[in-house]
Amino acid sequence: MSENRWVGQAVDRVDGVEKVTGSARYTADLKFPRLLHAHVIRSPHPHARVLAVRMERAARMPGVRAVASGRDFPFHTGIYLKDQTVFATDRVRYVGDPVAAIAAESEEAALAAAALVEIDYDPLPPVYDVLAGIAPDAPLIHPDLGSYECVPWITPKPGTNICNHLKVRKGDYAAALATCRRVFDNTFEVPQVQHVPIEPHVSVACFDLAGKVIVHTSAQSPFTVRHLLCACFSLSHGDVQVTVPAVGGGFGGKAGINLEPIAVALAMKARGRWVRVMVDRAEEFYATVVRQALTARLVSGVDDDGRVRAQKMHYLWGCGGYGGYGVNVVRAAGYTCGGAYEFPNVEGDSIGVYTNRPVGSAYRGFGMQEIHWALEQQMDIVARGIGMHPVDFRLLNCLGPGKTTVTGQVLDAHVGRVDLCIKRVDEALDLRGGAASHLRSDEVLDRRANGRQAFHGKGMACAVKAPAMPNDAASSVVMKFAEDATLEILVSGIDYGQGLKTVAAQFAAEALDLPMESVRVRGNPDTNLSPYDWQTVASRQTWATGNAILKGAEELKRQLFVVAAQVLDVSVSELECHDGAVVHPPSGRSIPLMRLVMGYQFPDGHAIGGPVAATSSFMPEGLLFLDPETSQSAKPVAKWTFGAQAVEVTVDAETGQYTVDRVAACYDVGRVINPGLIRGQTYGGIVQGLGTGMMEELRIDRATGRIANASLMDYKIPSSEDVPVEMLVSYVETPQTDGPMGARGIGEHTMIPTPAAIANAIFDACGVRIHEMPITAEKVLAALRAKEARG
Amino acid sequence: MVERAYARRTMSTTISLRVNGQDERHDVEPNQTLLAFLRDTLDLTGAKEGCNEGECGACMVLVDGRAVNSCLMLAVEADGREIITIEGIGDAEHLHPLQAAFLKHTAVQCGFCTPGMIMTAIGLLAENPDPDEAAVREAMAGSLCRCTGYRQILDAIHEAAGVMRVVPAVEFGMRGPAGPSGVAPGLMAPGSAEAAAGVKVLGLPEMAP
Ligand code: FES
Ligand code: FES
Repeated sequence: MSENRWVGQAVDRVDGVEKVTGSARYTADLKFPRLLHAHVIRSPHPHARVLAVRMERAARMPGVRAVASGRDFPFHTGIYLKDQTVFATDRVRYVGDPVAAIAAESEEAALAAAALVEIDYDPLPPVYDVLAGIAPDAPLIHPDLGSYECVPWITPKPGTNICNHLKVRKGDYAAALATCRRVFDNTFEVPQVQHVPIEPHVSVACFDLAGKVIVHTSAQSPFTVRHLLCACFSLSHGDVQVTVPAVGGGFGGKAGINLEPIAVALAMKARGRWVRVMVDRAEEFYATVVRQALTARLVSGVDDDGRVRAQKMHYLWGCGGYGGYGVNVVRAAGYTCGGAYEFPNVEGDSIGVYTNRPVGSAYRGFGMQEIHWALEQQMDIVARGIGMHPVDFRLLNCLGPGKTTVTGQVLDAHVGRVDLCIKRVDEALDLRGGAASHLRSDEVLDRRANGRQAFHGKGMACAVKAPAMPNDAASSVVMKFAEDATLEILVSGIDYGQGLKTVAAQFAAEALDLPMESVRVRGNPDTNLSPYDWQTVASRQTWATGNAILKGAEELKRQLFVVAAQVLDVSVSELECHDGAVVHPPSGRSIPLMRLVMGYQFPDGHAIGGPVAATSSFMPEGLLFLDPETSQSAKPVAKWTFGAQAVEVTVDAETGQYTVDRVAACYDVGRVINPGLIRGQTYGGIVQGLGTGMMEELRIDRATGRIANASLMDYKIPSSEDVPVEMLVSYVETPQTDGPMGARGIGEHTMIPTPAAIANAIFDACGVRIHEMPITAEKVLAALRAKEARG
Repeated sequence: MVERAYARRTMSTTISLRVNGQDERHDVEPNQTLLAFLRDTLDLTGAKEGCNEGECGACMVLVDGRAVNSCLMLAVEADGREIITIEGIGDAEHLHPLQAAFLKHTAVQCGFCTPGMIMTAIGLLAENPDPDEAAVREAMAGSLCRCTGYRQILDAIHEAAGVMRVVPAVEFGMRGPAGPSGVAPGLMAPGSAEAAAGVKVLGLPEMAP
């Protein structure tokens, strides 16, 4: 592909200066006159009937301006399955379930009043695990499941704890398995983990005297927040305004709605006042949302030639108390159940199960890291079991052009090449060779391994993910010129770090050949003023908003050229944009944009044209629903992004402690738009993947249902000391046909394969296999001891 | 309990301190943290609240030249001290070498940890102008970032350290090495126009459209 002026270049973040100077304003930084502070009263029980909520004494406390509970707001919320209410009405389903809330003049007053709220509960038996949840005699967590509103492509099973079930049937699994020479059957576990954005959730709302609701919130999707609030409170979209200031990380945890309904409910009872609901770090852990737990059983039937003929995947998801968003993780994991491989005969089941734990939701990867944890270890086990090198085995079985996915989609030549990614990470870490010698003297390693006996090992894993979204999920943009020909672009995708504003500016500057300094991307959307965007999720923004911008740029050019052609008396088709001007190459004449963007005035005073502006939108086309029984579909998703990671580990034989020393990552991103940003996405994903792979787990106290490690002291996330000594990242560019300049999504994919690659490397190092994420030193040590005992 | 909550609010103390080169005198409540004082009273919202328990580093500021978690310090304890926040170290036209290096290395994503990261790094480089990789990793370990994976942050700190060792800080429009006032190297002169420019009070959001 030819060199571009801006796209593919190392352009600085357009929002960098505001962030390094502390000028960027996040929701909690906004000042509001006479702000009321909220305190949410949450269930101390994992599962209980709510018999009575008495708030009269609390309401009479000095400083209290509003109290609210399920009696006042028995309204259902939920993006796909409306199984949740703003406040619990008759039942609580996890420790932390909101039951009531108070708004007061100070945090202290709200807290003091909360102590006077009396709630009568009738505790019910809790269900903590999926296997208990699907047992025939399991207590029902949602007895009214059959009465909830739900989108047609989610299938809850009333009378059970199953909130969604997606079946994939391809070929004849049972018949094929019967003919296979070798069969491998393994089970893997993933616990609930938390997103841990450094900015906790916060929402501020006002219901003014004119009947308008205004919400400022730390969220990934202002329009979806508005849409869901309107549905919940029966409001007109015309009367609800949602704005999103700078957002301090989301990772899926700020998708859909979270604290917004509570803020609006309190605001409705404290008319004319601003109410802020802000969780503290502990509440962030158990009372916002988390990643779902997974129990996966995989059965692989393989032939002597190394090809997998029959593959069963049984995914049981621990969704927590509500499945409103998580049901779609269940679905995505279903239609992607085979990962990056071609399996001719498939039996796949992805089943979401309610449990009395924190609420599962979207989390970077949307179920893919969890299923890859199982699948990529299973592929390693199978390869080693039949005596093939895991790299060769993957190359033999992986998807690629002409191959068929589990849902029967035949991939074309433009889909991305996982085989090339596998080869690149193999080369980078020399997966068949020994440990990199320079690592042995590294200080970080020396300090940790303390010179004791150490095992070195290497392993890899592949990754694939498609955007999981409704088929009609759309993005739109407004592009307009200011008087000095500064191009302003209004987007409603949220730049919460991934770099949307910067790539948006790059696309526009490229298409119109403008200097970067003359492009301003107005993020921080306001539903009253900004163009519609569905959500900032699914690694879809560069792709969807990027496409909308390229289309809008063509419209701007058309408007500019119509006027310039009259001025220069030439044909429109001969005009080009060049460096802030419209030029006519045959004659060498040009007009600076500044003289065109507000209309052109001739020397005699008459003017033509007018302000140049465009709106444009993008929605993927040609997507088809899955067959309800088999999930077969010729085009179930908009695109796939493939990749692979390899890691090198050192394991301390005496303690089980290990370090991830080197990581190589390669993704087929279609087109690298900005090298600095994509490296940031890749490093960030790898290290977040190290977190879930090595240390993160939301632990429950089974006696009380409480989360036992709801603080940053007890729930560790990676710090600077956990960064691998080397992260070698590279990219393959197979242009995406419907991608902006060929680009496809990458934001989530970077954390998908990491934990499985570590598990495979640890097996390579010392012959023990860890089936339960995270891979802690205790688990490795216990496995080493068990292996020794076996001899 | 309620009475006590209100009683506490009435027993305020007056503190005098210098913040980003400006003399400040304010009444504070005995239980108010330095972080809350900076954010709520002075509207210096660059320091963030990520945990309020000393575990994330988002609230880091310099107190007499040393990096401190402002959520763990009471405002009354800041009486008589010199505080520098992210707003006091540079602006768009006069970036601190660390700010410039963070931009150059794409060490910023959501940006929520960024002010704390930069203030922690200033504290580190004041004590150790030439830290090796292990020293930087260790010094930054209390400042959490969920977005970047730290690599670009570490690279930015190494680069800024190099710049700050060879180029006199004044060339950045900044103050030189720590003087009697205890201000760390690389900072703008207290009271300078640049320092003042960082301390902006933005308008209130509109009540209704
Ligand atoms: S807010 Fe101070 S360390 Fe987290
Ligand atoms: S850039 Fe988001 S937390 Fe560091």
